[in-house]
Amino acid sequence: MKILVCVSKTPDTTSKIAFKNANTQFDDAGVQWIINPYDEWFALVRAIEIKEKDPGTIIHLVTVGAADCDPIIRKALALGGDEAFRINADSNDSYYIAAQIAELAKQNQYDLIFTGKEAIDYNSAAIGGMIAELVDLPYISLATQFELNANTATITRELEGGEEIAEVVLPLVVSCQKGIAEQRIPNMRGIMAARTKPLNILEPIAIDTLTSIVNFELPAPKAGCKMVAADNVPELIRLLHEEAKAF
Amino acid sequence: MSVLIVLDQSDNQIKKSAFEILSYGSQIAAQMGISAEALVMGTVHDDLAALGKYGVTKVHQVNNETLNHVDGQLYAKTIEAVVSLTSATVIVFSQTHTGKSVASRVAARLKAGFVAGAAGLPNTDNGFIIRKTVFSGKAFANISIHTTIKVIALNPNSVTTLLTNGTATVNQLNLTVDSSKIKITAVNKITGEIPLTEADIVVSGGRGLKGPENWGVLLDLAKVLGAATACSRPVGDAHWRPHHEHVGQTGVQVAPNLYIALGISGAIQHLAGVNRSKIMVVINKDPEAPFFKAADYGIVGDLFEIVPQMTAEIKKLKGEKSI
Ligand SMILES: Cc1cc2nc3c(=O)[nH]c(=O)nc-3n(C[C@H](O)[C@H](O)[C@H](O)COP(=O)(O)OP(=O)(O)OC[C@H]3O[C@@H](n4cnc5c(N)ncnc54)[C@H](O)[C@@H]3O)c2cc1C
Repeated sequence: MKILVCVSKTPDTTSKIAFKNANTQFDDAGVQWIINPYDEWFALVRAIEIKEKDPGTIIHLVTVGAADCDPIIRKALALGGDEAFRINADSNDSYYIAAQIAELAKQNQYDLIFTGKEAIDYNSAAIGGMIAELVDLPYISLATQFELNANTATITRELEGGEEIAEVVLPLVVSCQKGIAEQRIPNMRGIMAARTKPLNILEPIAIDTLTSIVNFELPAPKAGCKMVAADNVPELIRLLHEEAKAF
Repeated sequence: MSVLIVLDQSDNQIKKSAFEILSYGSQIAAQMGISAEALVMGTVHDDLAALGKYGVTKVHQVNNETLNHVDGQLYAKTIEAVVSLTSATVIVFSQTHTGKSVASRVAARLKAGFVAGAAGLPNTDNGFIIRKTVFSGKAFANISIHTTIKVIALNPNSVTTLLTNGTATVNQLNLTVDSSKIKITAVNKITGEIPLTEADIVVSGGRGLKGPENWGVLLDLAKVLGAATACSRPVGDAHWRPHHEHVGQTGVQVAPNLYIALGISGAIQHLAGVNRSKIMVVINKDPEAPFFKAADYGIVGDLFEIVPQMTAEIKKLKGEKSI
């Protein structure tokens, strides 16, 4: 079994979001970078669990990004990947990123490609579907359970107001979310082992960038919270009904 | 040229999120001076001509039961065929579960620039620039799409649905559809609950409720409001409530008209999933709880005393209205 797990570098969930250069760039001063939680907690850990059951499994990690991604890739290797690829390009265009990963996927013929359900920075939830299209594979998004039986995966995916259970013969692409696995913390042995695992730097292939960021905006600040006294609940309901017209 | 609006359906019914994008796509078409057309894949029992009231002039249907379940591979091929038939230059989806599994595939197939999580109408004065939410709702980015064909997935509850008095012509398309590589073995719908992402009102509970046995006060309030119920992450993790109710940065992202937070502190990761709500109300006994900084209305107090009074007041109000 050969699994590719896509990981991306995102700001820590508590980061203050600010911009610089006339709001054209994310201001990363003081920002701590993490592996996108969905990639780490769910996609990667589920892949590791598969390897624990079937030790012949090989887990490759891929990220598209500059050298400042290396620490998060090392951490992912410490959790359990076997070999990592960093495609040396900096882009915010989903198609550009997906096409780079699809190229690697075509060369290595993976049985499974896992992504997180979305990245917490650009929230597009686009990469998995695009890779699947570019390598012409089925794609199951928002998976909450994943079981393998020989060459057939049984996957539970979330729907609005319910869930659907699907059987798909490998290879396929899956986007992973809560439920599929439990978050883990790298142990000392993993951290030591990660130092000697290969981290290959690949140069990107020529791909058009189909979109670009013009600038960023922060939401308008709230007017402030209108406080109602605890002994005046009817007033709160009146405000919600008459002023906010909330129901 | 046209704007093609791809509608979500499930259980042979067009979903609520589809009405918003019908109107949204029609507004884009009007802005660009091109036609607005919709596409329905699979069997639905809705009156398709009546969708004209949202501004579309034509509704195409590929009535093939293989398409009743979402399979992005088959959907993308079908949509590609309809795009060339309608000369569509803008393809609109809703950023729902279906949108998430289909829109990105369509964009890659057509090599079209893609903006997922759009937050409003594009600026088409000079190019095509569209605003989307980034950093889990903590900011927006204006994205320029460079390709002739543009694919957009709109965040639910982002624009006002405008009604017209038009009707649409319905065009049945006979397209061949491959067989699906995805075999659906079960569909488990949660019955008797309002789907969280479709709800106008959400009542949400945190650790302040102390335990699952105390959820009655919250459920009563949700019931009088016709609201969906949600919870904070620790509540989901502790199995006080089912996982699918967990909202926030690592849970479901919601954008209802009204979000009522009971006994939730308002951690940044929680707010990231709910800050697109129009109105936020907080009941918390701690005046220093960070949620008060993000909310529109608040009461500092014990939720176990306040919530039953809210329920009673709303009942009174609704009772009076129905007389
Ligand atoms: C990477 C990461 C991702 C995360 N993602 C999410 C996420 O998606 N969603 C999420 O919710 N959290 C998330 N969290 C957790 C988040 O940081 C908070 O820990 C969590 O939201 C707190 O939940 P809470 O408000 O229910 O509990 P608490 O923080 O314990 O707050 C309970 C509140 O209830 C109030 N209270 C107690 N008793 C009463 C009473 N009788 N009446 C009124 N008020 C009362 C207290 O004053 C307090 O403010 C994430 C954390 C991390 C690190």
